[in-house]
Amino acid sequence: MSASYILKRVALTFYTLFVVSVLVFGITQILPADAAVMMLGENATPEALEALRQQMGLNDPVWLQYLHWAGGVIRWDFGISMRTGQPVGPALFSALGTSLTLAVLALALMLVLAVPMGIIAAVRRGKLADLAVGFLSYVGVSLPEFVTATLAVLLIADFWGWLPPAGYIPLTQDFVGGIERLILPVTVVSVMMIAHVSRMVRSELVDVMHTDYVRAARLKGLHPRRVLFRHGLRNALLPTITIVALDVGYLLGGVIVVEEIFSIPGIGRSLMSAIQARDLPVIQAGVMIMAATYSIVNFAADLMYAWLDKRIQYD
Amino acid sequence: MTDFLGRLLRTPQGFLGCLIVGLIFVAVLGGHWLTPFGPEDMQALARYKAPSAEHWLGTDQYGRDILSRLLDGARSTVVMAVAATVIGTLGGAILGTGSAYLGGRADEFIMRTVDAVMAIPSLLLALLVVSLLGSNSANALLAIAIAFMPSMARISRSVALTVRKQEYVSAAIARGEGSGYIVLREMLPNVIAPIVVEMTIRVSFAVMLFATLSFLGLGAQPPATDWGLMVSEARQYLHRSYWILLWPSAAIALTAIGFNLLGDGLRDALNPRT
Repeated sequence: MSASYILKRVALTFYTLFVVSVLVFGITQILPADAAVMMLGENATPEALEALRQQMGLNDPVWLQYLHWAGGVIRWDFGISMRTGQPVGPALFSALGTSLTLAVLALALMLVLAVPMGIIAAVRRGKLADLAVGFLSYVGVSLPEFVTATLAVLLIADFWGWLPPAGYIPLTQDFVGGIERLILPVTVVSVMMIAHVSRMVRSELVDVMHTDYVRAARLKGLHPRRVLFRHGLRNALLPTITIVALDVGYLLGGVIVVEEIFSIPGIGRSLMSAIQARDLPVIQAGVMIMAATYSIVNFAADLMYAWLDKRIQYD
Repeated sequence: MTDFLGRLLRTPQGFLGCLIVGLIFVAVLGGHWLTPFGPEDMQALARYKAPSAEHWLGTDQYGRDILSRLLDGARSTVVMAVAATVIGTLGGAILGTGSAYLGGRADEFIMRTVDAVMAIPSLLLALLVVSLLGSNSANALLAIAIAFMPSMARISRSVALTVRKQEYVSAAIARGEGSGYIVLREMLPNVIAPIVVEMTIRVSFAVMLFATLSFLGLGAQPPATDWGLMVSEARQYLHRSYWILLWPSAAIALTAIGFNLLGDGLRDALNPRT
């Protein structure tokens, strides 16, 4: 992995953030919402509205407004929420922490379940275990999060009463209560990824086990388990890194839905209420933060891939 | 063609996929005549009924027949999802194929920008577009189409790059054909097969995305029979009957599974090697 590859990848991440910022600013600019009216109310006098517009720079040309906003974002200043009158940044970053707890736990659960499922399916190809994993993954990718969530709440929370149906308690405040409330949302968010990734691991492993070097390792008389783990898995799991990183996009989408259903005060919920209230600064900042999370994860995944797979020489 | 169909039906995925998608299209096309009751017919005395001989799938909170509502909703849900996918795919395919044809700096610029747009989760992009245009079914359709374009552009570009190197494209360039002609008449037809596979699988995403938008209150509005909306409304009446929740959920899942299976079956049938 050369320095120029890293540099190129960094430049790409910045370009991504630039494009997203233009897009988000553009969309929110077209949204039919007058910031001045929202802040002062419908009954404000035209003079007061005009004065506020002047003060907020709403009469400036669009490109100047964009530069003003983007300049703020670079200095971690995301503006003032139109609804609450509070700075957007601190509120959103604390919501991001909540969402990340949910997302990281879901990723961990996914890896713990999906990788072994894929391995078992590949090793027992065509047998009952393979069919079972295949069936589960078809069902898993075909259930939208809101359906899984509603069914899980109906069965596990309402019917059996095993877990609370909704709510959130920070883990630092009450660990057991917090975990109890996170089990359902984390499981729901991970279902689709488990289904997708286990299928990918299976097909990668099946391909790798048919390569010449695996046959050579077998013919050398190595123990089958050693062939599977040292020769097969090492190579089959590499592409999984990229797939998991791309799946973070779905994960973030799932987080929005799940936070809404389970009343978790994360960034998805903030975004949903901002979209409903047309709170432009919060929408802009929320989308930027989500896109930045996705780009950074994919950047890290690419570097990890290049570092782990010495055969690939990027220039 | 018959050879291809035979190969498609011989794989378990292809067979099941054809069966399920076939049934769904029967519901879409004939749903209007098949429904035993009107989708809006309320029977005050028959609310929250479990499945019975008269109401096969039971009735909902207003005593409306759930089977009739599902059949009626098949049209809006599935047709909208297919339409959104087709528009999104077409847009993406033109962008991706054009980018591959242009090559060089322009290709680099277009694809990097497409990658950048993909950093916004498709659900979020769809939410933004709907909030920009207003919450109704037509805007949800457009939102999903737009959300699909970047990834479809990527896929069609990689396929088109392979086609670009073929001799018939060089021949067209040598003949002095215009860019539009080469992209649309020479390259696009050969890029279509893999794109159709991807598109079929995408329909299941579109069904789910559509249902999710309606569930969040940003797609179809009551009293529409959109399946996602039915799930969303059913949540309030769970303590009275869970059938009103189960059936539309099952319908969404079955549709998504059907298109997924069909897509996988098509892929296997188109690539005899694997």
